Amino acid sequence: MAHDDSSGKDLAATSSGLDGASTGTAVATTDAGHAEADGGLAVIATDTFANPGLPATRHRATDLDPKKARTAQRAVYTLFYISIAGSIFALAAYMAFPITDDLASVRLNSVFLGLGITLALMGIGLGAVHWAKSLMSDEEGEDIRHPVRGTEATRTAAVQIFDEANKESGFGRRTLIRNSLIGALVAFPLPAVILFRGLAPEYNNPAALLETTMWKTGTRLTLDPSGLPVKAADVTIGSAFHIIPEGLNDTPDRLEQKAKAAVLLMRVNVADLKISPGRETWNYDGIVAYSKICTHVGCPVALFEQQTHHLLCPCHQSTFDVNNECEVIFGPAKRALPQLPITVDSEGYLIAQSDFTEPVGPSFWERS
Amino acid sequence: MARKPAKANRRHPLATVVLIAIGLAFTGGGYALFTSTATAQTDTASSTSQSSVDEGKKLFAANCATCHGMSLEGSTAGPALLGVGAASVDFQVGTGRMPLAMQGPQAMEKPPQFTEEQTQALADYVASLSPGPAIPTDDQLTANGNATNGGELFRINCAMCHNVAGAGGALTEGKFAPSLTGVDSKYIYEAMLTGPQNMPVFNDHNITPEDKRDIITYLKYIQNNDSTGGYDLGNLGPVAEGLFIWIFGIGAVVALTVWLTAKSN
Repeated sequence: MAHDDSSGKDLAATSSGLDGASTGTAVATTDAGHAEADGGLAVIATDTFANPGLPATRHRATDLDPKKARTAQRAVYTLFYISIAGSIFALAAYMAFPITDDLASVRLNSVFLGLGITLALMGIGLGAVHWAKSLMSDEEGEDIRHPVRGTEATRTAAVQIFDEANKESGFGRRTLIRNSLIGALVAFPLPAVILFRGLAPEYNNPAALLETTMWKTGTRLTLDPSGLPVKAADVTIGSAFHIIPEGLNDTPDRLEQKAKAAVLLMRVNVADLKISPGRETWNYDGIVAYSKICTHVGCPVALFEQQTHHLLCPCHQSTFDVNNECEVIFGPAKRALPQLPITVDSEGYLIAQSDFTEPVGPSFWERS
Repeated sequence: MARKPAKANRRHPLATVVLIAIGLAFTGGGYALFTSTATAQTDTASSTSQSSVDEGKKLFAANCATCHGMSLEGSTAGPALLGVGAASVDFQVGTGRMPLAMQGPQAMEKPPQFTEEQTQALADYVASLSPGPAIPTDDQLTANGNATNGGELFRINCAMCHNVAGAGGALTEGKFAPSLTGVDSKYIYEAMLTGPQNMPVFNDHNITPEDKRDIITYLKYIQNNDSTGGYDLGNLGPVAEGLFIWIFGIGAVVALTVWLTAKSN
């Protein structure tokens, strides 16, 4: 039973007896000691409320029965031995199941290595807890809290130490040294600020980068991932083609470009399309191309139902109506998917008439 | 009905109920009798194409024409079948999706109602009226292609609906993309080629026959090889996996905490 050193002496009598009256006196004595130091301003109340005390200690089976204690001891050291066995097993598993080219070996390696390490750690953990719960002493003790405020003498001594240090170091007197040190500390985090800024698109306005994509007038629509151009004649009704702009695979920032320029190409019955003024020439005989980036938070929208003409986003179930210019008919998205104006070139391949006429993907602050 | 006491004697109050019951029994029984006789029609495999077409015509008239029309023209109850090809018929009838058991969000897979020969006869008949995609040959279906390429194509074209591991997924208004585990290679190929129900069409210009074979190779590979990451919990995605860890992971933490804080006996 551990007591902290300052109040332990005062409470030596109470820790075993635990009767209300004697504890009350002990606390009052401690308070009185501090009240003296504070100049007698504290009010000493000896009978604010009675100390309810602690319930009588209930002894465990292992405290009363030496046989049970021996069983518990056996359980604890068995758990520690299991831990040793687990560690050795993990070492053996690491050697016996190396990761090879065969993917199945990864599974064996993880399963057996994991099993060994689990046994090693769980053995130690469960053994330690079982030891503490069943065999270590569990009798309740009582510690009285220190007052937070130190004595006047301690406080004065502390101030003296600071004063002395200030004099000896000249921190307050040699202002040039002090100010240059403060300046150095202020300048020190600046590289971190610049380095983190470097993670954002460099030398470019992010808003401008988000507003345009790789699509330009005459860019051919090509298949993802092969990059082969698509002929209008090959797109049969009910088809869905996953499209990337021509040349995307050769760009150094392929994934960044793809994240903006990915397009879903579908062909529906041209008579079913509802076309608003200004978009009459954007489809080619019922072949329509829409941005694949959801206007909600940018997931790829590609679950096309060819009979209902619904386009569903797998992340939050925003649903767009392909026949009605991909207007939102359900879900959290707020804007229709941007349409890519397309046509065919002289060889019959599908090409873009221009870039998207509005920024693709989710909203951002500078979006007009 | 029983407003005037004089008429009440003529008909028992329960007569209407009994009449309706008899009527229902007759129609229901008659329907069951009709469908079973249609199914039990001659299933002798016809070797020649023409007799197969004739056989298919009979089967079509008995089982399909009510909705799809006598000459495949369709009706308000079912789409026209002109140009769907043998592959489409083989998929829909061979997987039991057609004939429909009932109207619903989508046709459900069930034990096929026709034998392979009858399915072939129906496919021959539909293909004889208008050209369309043919049933794939065996060498297009062998799963010995490039699984890596197949995996990439699957993730680009299929995974958004069918799940990255082919475990299937939900669509709108009660429709769903079925699981692809254990599906016959032939039906996977035909589904890509014809776009059954709400699935888009992936014709040979979009996904070439070699690419289709690669996708089948990939699907068979992940079906026949265990997940390298350990137990895959059905590959259903974050909801199922999150629920598992909420129940069993947090459950274990709670149990350990209770044990830690409880006093031993």
